[in-house]
Amino acid sequence: MNALAARRRHPAAIALLILVGLLVTGGAYAFLAPKEANASAVSADTVAEGKNLFLANCASCHGTNAQGTASGPSLVGVGAAAVDFQVGTGRMPLAGPNIQAQRQDVDKIKFDDQQISSMAAYVASLGAGPSVPDSQYTTVIQPGDQKEAGQDLTNNQRIARGGEIFRVNCAMCHNFAGAGGALTRGKYAPSLTGVTPKHMYEAMVSGPQSMPVFNDQNISPESKQEVISYLKAVDNQTNVGGLTLGNLGPVSEGMFVWLFGLTLLIGCAVWLGKKAA
Amino acid sequence: MSTINADRPADALRAGDRQADQERAESKPLGGIAGWLDDRTGAAKGMSFVLKKVFPDHWSFMLGEIAMYSMIICLLTGAFLTFWFVPSASPVVYDGSYIPLQGVTVSDAYRSTLDISFDIRGGLLIRQIHHWAALVFCVAILVHMGRVFFTGAFRKPREINWVIGSILSMLAIVEGFAGYSLPDDLLSGTGLRAAEGFMRSIPIIGSYVSYFVFGGAFPGEAIIPRLYAVHVLLLPAILVGLFTAHILLVFLHKHTQYPGPGKTNNNVVGFPMMPVYIAKAGGFFFIVFGVIALISALVTINPIWGYGPYDPSPVTAGSQPDWYMGFADGALRLLPGFLEFTAFGYTFSFNVMIGAILLIPIMYTLIGVYPFFEAWVTGDKREHHLLDRPRNNPTRTGIGVAAMTFYIVLFFASGNDLMAIKLHLSINDLTRLFQLLIFVGPPLAFWITKRICLSLQRADRQKVLHGRETGVIWRYPDGRFEEIHAPLTPQERWVLVQHESPEPLVITAETDANGVESPIARKERLRAKLSHFYFKDRVAPPTPSELEAAHHHGDHGVETHEPEAIEAGGAPARETIKADRQN
Amino acid sequence: MNDNETTAHGESGALAPAGGDGALETRSTTELDRFENPGLPPHVHRAADDDPKAAKRAEKQVATLFGLSMLSTLVFLVGYFAIHDDWVFFFPGLGQAKTLNVVLGLSLGFALFFIGIGAVHWAKTLMSDEEVVEERHPLGSSEVERAKAVKVVTDGGESAQINRRPLLKYSLGGALGLFALPFVLQVAGSLGPGNVEELKETLWDPKYNDGKPIRLFRDPERTPIKLSDVTLGSVFHVMPETMEKVYEEGKHVLEQKAKAAVILIRLNPDDIKVQKAKDWGVDGTVAYSKICTHVGCAVGLYEQQTHHLLCPCHQSTFDLTEDCAVIFGPAKRALPQLKITVDDEGYLVAPQGFKEPVGPSFWERAR
Repeated sequence: MNALAARRRHPAAIALLILVGLLVTGGAYAFLAPKEANASAVSADTVAEGKNLFLANCASCHGTNAQGTASGPSLVGVGAAAVDFQVGTGRMPLAGPNIQAQRQDVDKIKFDDQQISSMAAYVASLGAGPSVPDSQYTTVIQPGDQKEAGQDLTNNQRIARGGEIFRVNCAMCHNFAGAGGALTRGKYAPSLTGVTPKHMYEAMVSGPQSMPVFNDQNISPESKQEVISYLKAVDNQTNVGGLTLGNLGPVSEGMFVWLFGLTLLIGCAVWLGKKAA
Repeated sequence: MSTINADRPADALRAGDRQADQERAESKPLGGIAGWLDDRTGAAKGMSFVLKKVFPDHWSFMLGEIAMYSMIICLLTGAFLTFWFVPSASPVVYDGSYIPLQGVTVSDAYRSTLDISFDIRGGLLIRQIHHWAALVFCVAILVHMGRVFFTGAFRKPREINWVIGSILSMLAIVEGFAGYSLPDDLLSGTGLRAAEGFMRSIPIIGSYVSYFVFGGAFPGEAIIPRLYAVHVLLLPAILVGLFTAHILLVFLHKHTQYPGPGKTNNNVVGFPMMPVYIAKAGGFFFIVFGVIALISALVTINPIWGYGPYDPSPVTAGSQPDWYMGFADGALRLLPGFLEFTAFGYTFSFNVMIGAILLIPIMYTLIGVYPFFEAWVTGDKREHHLLDRPRNNPTRTGIGVAAMTFYIVLFFASGNDLMAIKLHLSINDLTRLFQLLIFVGPPLAFWITKRICLSLQRADRQKVLHGRETGVIWRYPDGRFEEIHAPLTPQERWVLVQHESPEPLVITAETDANGVESPIARKERLRAKLSHFYFKDRVAPPTPSELEAAHHHGDHGVETHEPEAIEAGGAPARETIKADRQN
Repeated sequence: MNDNETTAHGESGALAPAGGDGALETRSTTELDRFENPGLPPHVHRAADDDPKAAKRAEKQVATLFGLSMLSTLVFLVGYFAIHDDWVFFFPGLGQAKTLNVVLGLSLGFALFFIGIGAVHWAKTLMSDEEVVEERHPLGSSEVERAKAVKVVTDGGESAQINRRPLLKYSLGGALGLFALPFVLQVAGSLGPGNVEELKETLWDPKYNDGKPIRLFRDPERTPIKLSDVTLGSVFHVMPETMEKVYEEGKHVLEQKAKAAVILIRLNPDDIKVQKAKDWGVDGTVAYSKICTHVGCAVGLYEQQTHHLLCPCHQSTFDLTEDCAVIFGPAKRALPQLKITVDDEGYLVAPQGFKEPVGPSFWERAR
């Protein structure tokens, strides 16, 4: 301990301390950071149960008949997909006066799958709207050279086509790797990492909040599946070149080289210019 | 050259080595290949001159070396990349091993960059080393420039080298931008798209320049091969040429040194090239290369496979250039749209031109002329080989920090979208804030920096006159507490008192003997004003008689502080004491 | 002119430091009352200077570092041949990373780094650390040498008779001056003939479709769009039908795309405040150029609730309800609107092309 105390004024001590601090915080964050959840679709329950749940949890903003009030939009015609997306990702019920509803950790989602489906069934009964997608289209295409039944393209080619569609229709808001991006006045396009295929699909068909609608005539169900599979392929891809720095492009690289690269090199230079003991 | 005392134990340890050297020298006076070469080149004369050169030790003198070495690393890895990179924009269908792009039509440049990243062993590593080294290069240049500026190392006789360095710095970012654009990915293509927009904004010839550079309509197939020629041939040749001149001038001028005991304006104190600096500087090359290689092993840079091939229709959120172009991109984000207008049927786009076309040349011109400006204002025409401590030239330091602030505001403005999303702020508010800061920040930074410098000078003065604070508190019999101050050694003191503190120039006589207004006076009035601006606030270095006086007062147990010394705000303890005394 | 002279200080009106007697040499009036440079401090010995054991230890340390470098190089060589391209390994802190890149990079990095650390450590511990003083000398040449140089030049000029034979002087100047022309011509020649009109044209012009209205195609799927496909809040990224021909020919694909990219959005017709914008659309379905009027990025970020279009490059914001006028950011002009109607089969078509040049401004834009 004495040796340690004697060296506490060593120039490297501060650097070491910062490094230790960073490692501890980073480690703690990695430990505490939200993990991906596995939600599975469950068949709908009765509309009546959904209505009760709706009245108890949603009616204060959306009105007792879901006709909308000053504090919440009408839900007539939004479809089951919108309910499943908004409630299933924890965006609704709205947690607080945020500029936009945020995705919540799985353990903070207030309702179980069955409750969500009954609410969805109730809202769907109010007017026609996009329904919860068929699991056929929310199954991630596995990479490979084989073709699936009824497809002209191999799985790899379909994933690549999903990438093209993603870049034209989605990357401008959600960034090339789905890391998210800024919109006007504090709104933002959220990160797509760890979002379930079903929720991605529902977001496309229902157009939540700032997001526009991508109906089946715009991007066909197969193409939506390809987009989702592309994102999952990117997600599952190994870190080819090492740390991705959040996939945020040159800004994070610049920050890294200034904060880390330069510090390290100057540290070496200080050591080099110092007289030996 | 100092002689070495042979009675030192250290030398005793080395005595054997030297003897062996001598024997070898006597038995074989430069034989073998070295002799053969010298017979034909006469290189021995120059060699001994170069190898005996003395370099002072200081970490900040290594910043330029980081730049030099990262440039060499770029040259080495760049040569490797040219073996595989195909500078062609012709479309091909990708069929390499990166699955999410298989079957997509891409350019040959993009395909070959993917091949380097995925199908050539170690290719990705070299590519990442190349790009990281380029980023380090630009960082090191900037930091090195800052060191030279803040220590006044650009003064006579080094003005030419400052100008060369400024040009190098500007060319480095152009070289970087050319390289960044070569892979023809979505991000760099968007950058080129914007660059074409910049060219168009030039009055009269804008659209012609665009057609000329792109060889027709944007994007065309000409730009990639052209940028390639610029990136691997034209600019590297100019960079290496200017860099050689830069280094030769350093040798010619001999290195500057920080003030210190034994260091004067007429000598250079340090270690000889052979062997110390060969080992240190040579070793440092390997350190820089090693660090960059380690970073490249662990951290991705420019994942072009993720961006996808360039296509004018898609775009990615967070489209930014590499950091060294960030300030220009930031300027474009801040310039208001009303700067574009139509007059006489022609369109003037100053909202684009100021940031994209004018900013960089204007900035570097101002940087380049600064030494001449300062020399004119101060009227100082002597050679300077001793560096200034930044605090001892508060106005220059203030100007430097103001310029840095300007740069940093622009730099951060180019990341406004990422700051908005990461800090949960509104991008609109951030942009407005930066627009305000670009005007308010630099003057504020100047003022604050200058005040800090003056305070530091006063603290130095205090330290010289009253000694160093020891942290030991004495209690006197009358209940008074006082911190014991230890006097400085002459060596310690010298650093704090060696500097000059110029006074502002004043015009000696407005009129000549006949009462006629002097023409010189009129011309020099501006200069006098500027000189006043530079030197009106000054803290003179303490003199021996002042120290004497301080000691004298100290002996009688009465502490007298000059008003400025109190203002300098030494230790709070002392102020408490003073308050006590007044009671 | 000798730089070392100070400014003329004897004349009236010259500048001098305050408090001085007018001469710049005496800039410091307290010259006499200054501290003396105490000279180099005594050399402090290092451990290895006095203690043979410490020196031996340092030697071993340096050798170990060099040894580690060799070891790292060996790892690199083995790794290069032994590691398969597809191998993926979990590296703590990196996650699933490509083994080849990490192993090659780390081994190369350490091989270099240890050489450097070893060499510097050697220099610091074992090489003489006694400071050496080298004297400086003024850089300028002496007056005699300057005069000599001037004489060589003037003598040379005399010998070449350049002043006595003006014909030679002027013809040489002419030849050298003209010699630059071919290079200037090469550059200037390829500047033209830039067809500025091309900047104003897009594939939406019916002349590219034999005068017929041009259908709107999905990008990148390349299929026509029906009005009924476009539901409220939808965004379609659109290319003209005429692009098909360009794809077939395979020439100038990107050049045409770069001008023709269009975004198609359906909003509630009542939200559109500008009559022209309403008229040029169908039931609130409107089409605008996707190329930013600032520097040309693709403006694709549509916010369904606020009806704002945001450019991701420099944050120019366009308001769809106001005919895409700029409401924030560095762009000046609104995005050009593309007039659309519906053809007999229910597909969306553009009957007339853009009425103004798309994309960033240029000098002749308004001409």
